[in-house]
Parts: sequence; structure tokens; C-alpha cells
Amino acid sequence: MLRSRFGALFSLSGSTGPLVGLLLLCVFLSFSTESFFSIRNFVNILDQITVLGILAVGMTFVILIGGIDLSVGSVLALCGMVMGFLAKELGWPMEAAIFTALIAAGLAGLVSGILIAFFKVPAFIATLAMMSAARGLANMVSDGHQIISFPIWFNLMAVIRYGGVITITVAIMFAVFAISWAYLKFTSGGRSLYAIGGNAEVARLAGIKVKLHTVGVYVFAAVLSGIAGVLLGARLDSVQPQAGVSYELDAIAAVVIGGTSLSGGTGSLAGTIIGVLIIGVLRNGLNLLGVSPFMQQVVIGLVIALAVSIEALKKK
Amino acid sequence: MTIERKPILTLQNIRKSFGQTEVLHGIDLEVYPGEVVALLGENGAGKSTTSNIIAGGFHQSSGDMTWLGESYSPNSPGEAINSGLVLIHQELRLLEHLSIAENVFIGRWPSKAGLIRRKEMEARAQAQIERLGLNIPVSSLVCGLSTANQQLVEIAKALALDAKLLILDEPTAALGGAETELLFEQIERLKADGVGIIYISHRLEEIRKVADRLVVMRDGHTVEKFDSGDVPIRTIVESMVGRDLNQMFPAIPAPKEELCIEVKNLSSPNATFHDINFSVKKGEIFGIAGLIGAGRTEMVRAITGADPIATGQVLLNGKDITPKTPTSSIENGVVLVPEDRKLQGLVLDHSIEDNIAYANLSTISKFGFISPSRIKDYAKSGIARFGVKGTGGQNAGEMSGGNQQKVILAKWLAKAPKVVVLDEPTRGIDVGARSSIYEIIVELASKGVAVIVVSSDLEEVLGISNRIMVMAEGKMTGILDRQNANDVSVMELATAFG
Repeated sequence: MLRSRFGALFSLSGSTGPLVGLLLLCVFLSFSTESFFSIRNFVNILDQITVLGILAVGMTFVILIGGIDLSVGSVLALCGMVMGFLAKELGWPMEAAIFTALIAAGLAGLVSGILIAFFKVPAFIATLAMMSAARGLANMVSDGHQIISFPIWFNLMAVIRYGGVITITVAIMFAVFAISWAYLKFTSGGRSLYAIGGNAEVARLAGIKVKLHTVGVYVFAAVLSGIAGVLLGARLDSVQPQAGVSYELDAIAAVVIGGTSLSGGTGSLAGTIIGVLIIGVLRNGLNLLGVSPFMQQVVIGLVIALAVSIEALKKK
Repeated sequence: MTIERKPILTLQNIRKSFGQTEVLHGIDLEVYPGEVVALLGENGAGKSTTSNIIAGGFHQSSGDMTWLGESYSPNSPGEAINSGLVLIHQELRLLEHLSIAENVFIGRWPSKAGLIRRKEMEARAQAQIERLGLNIPVSSLVCGLSTANQQLVEIAKALALDAKLLILDEPTAALGGAETELLFEQIERLKADGVGIIYISHRLEEIRKVADRLVVMRDGHTVEKFDSGDVPIRTIVESMVGRDLNQMFPAIPAPKEELCIEVKNLSSPNATFHDINFSVKKGEIFGIAGLIGAGRTEMVRAITGADPIATGQVLLNGKDITPKTPTSSIENGVVLVPEDRKLQGLVLDHSIEDNIAYANLSTISKFGFISPSRIKDYAKSGIARFGVKGTGGQNAGEMSGGNQQKVILAKWLAKAPKVVVLDEPTRGIDVGARSSIYEIIVELASKGVAVIVVSSDLEEVLGISNRIMVMAEGKMTGILDRQNANDVSVMELATAFG
């Protein structure tokens, strides 16, 4: 299989199908609704996918090395609650509260990563345990209550549209995309992740530090979950311990729709971004079409099944 | 033999094309009841295509087959099995967590009203298992069995289907000496029952013991038939390769005087090898011979940091480099080309370029950054230098074993290592492609690299090594100079137990 240089540059091999699907979806919605094709609506979509987009980046890294992370939704909530507690209950400056909360999220990832890499606990189980534990801790912080009203600038990060288009939260998502894409594509660390996912024993014998990379990936995914939690707090101007329930499944769906294989070693961040956009555009478009939320779930289920079946058939 | 025998299976002028390319050019073959026909040839000679046509996996493009005197042309493996022809694959296809009896009757469990009649199933399975001389309760799980016994369960599975022809594809690939003997005893029993057997194997020594006739294939033709199994190995190989064997091994250069790597009192934590001492000079090719299970692989993996070391030292140019991880060993210039290419050497569904890059990421990158075009350029030189047939973007899994091995060599040799350890460097590789691997080994040695070659192929160890260390049951039983080493002296040391 020879890839064209263009395809290789943007790592679209394996995700051209989803890209075509996304474009068709946009064309269809542009004709079938009045309000879809407008800058205002596109900006809306970007706002709506911020949290999912950032979670899906971390999930892409995890799935690339052949793992899975079920704890991202809980870690998102934990990070938000720690931030809220430090800022409101202890009266810390907001910046210090955010920074410390992200460290807390990273610690959760560190625990999962160490369990997986050094204690050989299957990733599914280790992160399932973390999903439960982090959710419990998030509830314990405020005894299950939400924490509200932060400094005004915090909420404005998600509100003010610079140049009429981009909020700081969306800009952060773009920055996460760009840095992560470049890391996977252009650094030896990124290429090592592909090797580990392809065959961990081959990677180890080639001198790649498999355990260290594995722990690093789970810490990275957890810190991204924390960032997503902070941004969600900014959008809602509140944090609650029940935030982010089942977000891990949306993130996995976006990664899989984007053509990354659950068995590891193949896939790309570009594909994941397309997967995130497909879910975002679909939700937005179905709302505009007046489709009920229940029906929306059915449609998204169909899209996941369709995307993965097409990829599987193409491989044959 | 005075009674006129009729063949149970005949193939006449069988041809097979895949797309535009014809891979079988008119194969003729007969199998008589109660005989073992060995089908021999290099990889790609057409053995497995032929056996797949017989077993219903493919359909021939032209030509006729007869089975028990009637025209035969199966459309699926199921049809072939129902007619009594069963192909037993090289990789066992047993369900490890089910019982022997359930495996024997897989998919055809004796049942009544949808309920499995376990007693009947177990009684019938027991009968087949005992027919093979096995004395194991059929209710036990397959995962507890030795590989040899699993092989016998596969055969019992075929017999339960009332097979009259078995095709055994590399049945001894995973078996040790004693287990192979056990399998051969059962093959004798099957022959006595009138079962015809097509036997495919690369292990030519065992062909002489088990086969009644030999059919040699090359490039999709049947090139030679022998009416006895007792043919000198050299004759068989020359017939398989189509040329004289003396060209196989290149001239071996003399090593330099300086020591390169020294191993002192090396022992493993789980006693797979014990108190190993040897040293290899610069430019020396050091062979390690022994039977399967002698601890050779474990020992060389420990030297290269892939497996743990309990006690002892590894010295390089007099400096202690006893490794803890593969990374530290690689940094010191000691690299391992592992035994199992597919599981330990290559990421099969990644490209050749990426595979070469994985061991050299720090060399290719600048401040941790790597561009895809640099990976391409880096891989290009390795691909050219070792004559890999293929392009850099091709997946490693799509290539032949010989080419895969060259990619692994390219990946390591780009680092200009001081010591290269090759574990079974030509296992499963064509006789033709082997000589190019030997040339690479000799080229390395002539540049002053210390080369350690572990091999179970006696001819190979003898042909390629300056000195040979022999191991038995985890201990070194002797080191032979090239002049004193021959198959008898090596085998004596390899079987020097206790």
C-alpha cells in the first residue's frame, strides 16, 4: 500500500472514509436546514465539541498503545471538584487552584499507568477501578454538592469570542490538537507509541522504554481529562461531581469512528478530530432538524457501527 | 509387494493460477493406502497450495483429481472432510479451554434434541484417543496437554471424522525429539490401519525415518520422485534447491586477536541456564548448538538484556556491561535478532520503514523530533544494502520470511553494533534466501563485529562458525574449534546429560 505524500502528511490513510462521511453530512445538513451553514452555527459546534475533543485526544494516545481508559469522565469531574474546592472553600487564587487540580488529575493517571505497566493489571480493569474511585473522590470533595460562581474572567474564557469567532476554550482545544498531532507525527516519542501498540515485545527488544511510555500516556490522558474538566467548569460557571458521566464512551466512539484500531498500533489524531467533528455535527444537525434526543442516540449508535464495518470491509 | 495396489488419491496435471500468475504448473501425485508420502520443497514451491487444493481450500484452475476411484473436486474444506480428507494445519487449531472430547467432536457433537450426549461423546473420543496410544481421560482440558499430545488430539479429531487421508503440515515444528518419536509411532499405527498420509516438513532428517516415498517440488513443478524414504539429505536438498550445495556457505574469515565480549559465570534466575563461560573475539563467528530446551535462547536473551540475569557478568572490551534492560544492552552496541521474527522482531502491520526506524529513533531524530521523510531516507539505505525485495512503505507482514529477516538485520546493523546475536537466523527461510543471510554474517565478521549464532540446524552451525559452543540442559558441555567440529562431536556434547 503506497500512500500519497499528501495523505502521508496529514495521516489520513484509514480516515479518508470518515472525512468523506463528514463532508457528505455537512452538505446534507446545509441543504436540509436553514441555519446549519452559517459561521454562527459552526462556532456553536466548536464550543459544543471542546470537552469531547480534548478527551478524545487523550483516548487516541491510550488506544494507540493498545490500551483503553474508562476513567476519563470521572477524572474530569474530580479535577473540576478539586479546583472548585480550592478556589471557593479554601479561597486559593483561581490559577493556583487550576494548576493543583490538574496535578490531582495527573496523579490519577499515574496510578492507573503504574497499575497497568508495572502490576500487569489489564487496562480495562485498572481504569474501571479508577473510574469508580475518582468518581467517589469527586463526590467526597463537596459531599456530593455542586460548587458555583467563580471569578468572572473564568467564565468569560468560554464566552468572549475573539475576532467574533474563537473563545479561549476553543483555542485551548486547537492548541491541544496541534501539539498532540505534531507529537505523534514528528517526535521519536510519538513514533514509539505506534511501535508499542503494534507489538509491545518488538518495541521492548528494540530498546524502547515501554513501561515509561505507557505510564506517560495514561498521565497525559488524565491531565487532558483535567483540562476538559476545567473548561467544562468555565462554560457552566460551576463544577459538579456528576459531570462527565459516560463521556469516556463518547471519546472512545470518536476515536473509533476516526479509524483508530482498538487493537492498537494504527490510527491517527487527524482521524480522531474527524470523528469528534462527526459526532459534534451530527448532534448539532439532528437538533436543528428537530430529532428527539432519544432518536439521536440511536443515530449515533448506527454511525459508529457503520464507520467501523466499512473500515473492516475495506481491510478485507 | 505382489498384491496390486490402487491409489486412494490421484492428482493429474493440476494447475492453479492466482490472477495472472500460475503458481502450480501441472502437478502429478498419487497416494496409496497405508503409506506416507513426504511432500518436500522450499517455501513457495507450491506445497501448501497443492495441499489446499486437495483439502478443498482452493479450487484448481485445471486438471483432475480422483478419490477412491471416483472423480473428486471439493468446493469447501467441509466437503473434503466429509469425503475423508483432512488437512491438519501447522498451527494447532484447538480450543484450549474445552475438553479433549469436545475438541474431537467440535461442531459435530453427538446430541439428541439439542442436548449434547456427553457420555457417548466421551466414549467415542476415548476410543479414538486410545487408538493413537494416548492414555489420558478425554474429559481433561486441552490446555494442560503437551504440544505433542495436542497434535495427537488434532489427529484424533480427523480420525473421528473417519479420515482416510491425512495431510500433516509441519507436524513436528513445535515438538522435541522424544515427542517426535511418539508421533512417528502413531503414524505407523495409522499406516497399519490403511490411512494414507501426505507429510510436509522442512526437517529432512525426520523424513528419512517416516516417509515411504518422497516427492520434491520446486517453483510449482514436481521435479523429482523417490520410491524410498531413505535418500541422503544432500541429494534431497540439491533437488529442492536445484543447484549444488557447496555454494551454500561462504568462506569464513579468521577472527582478530582482541577479545570483544566475555561472559562469566552467567546463570538465570529460573535455572534455564547455569554457569556459562565463554568469550568471543572481534571478527569471530561463534556458533551455539544444542537441542531444543538446552537453554540457548534464554542465555543469549539474557546477554542482550531481554531476559533477567541472576548472577554473573557480561564484559565488553574488558568493561562490565551486564545488562538490565534491552535498552542498556543496545546502547553498549550489543544487539539481538530474536528467534521469532513475527512476535519479537517486527511489527507486522507496520511498514518496512517504520520497522527499521523503531530501533533507531534516537539516531534519526533531532532534539526528539523526527520527520517522515527522514525515516524514509534512513530506511532506504538499509533496504538497498541488504537487498530487501520490496518498497519502504510496504507492510512487513506481506513479505517472505527471508525478506523479513533482512529488514530486522537492516534495523540493527544501521547502528554499527559491536556484537550481533542471531537466534535461529534462518528458521523457516528458503534454502535460496539463506545464503544471502550467511553472506551478511560473514561481512559483519570481516568488519570486526563479534557474531554469535544460535542454531538448531547442524549443517548451518558447522558451516558458518569459527568455534562452536554446545549446551545441554542449561549447561555448557564443550567448545569445539572449527577443525574438530563435526555432526558427531556436536551431537555427543548436545546429548551429554547429567
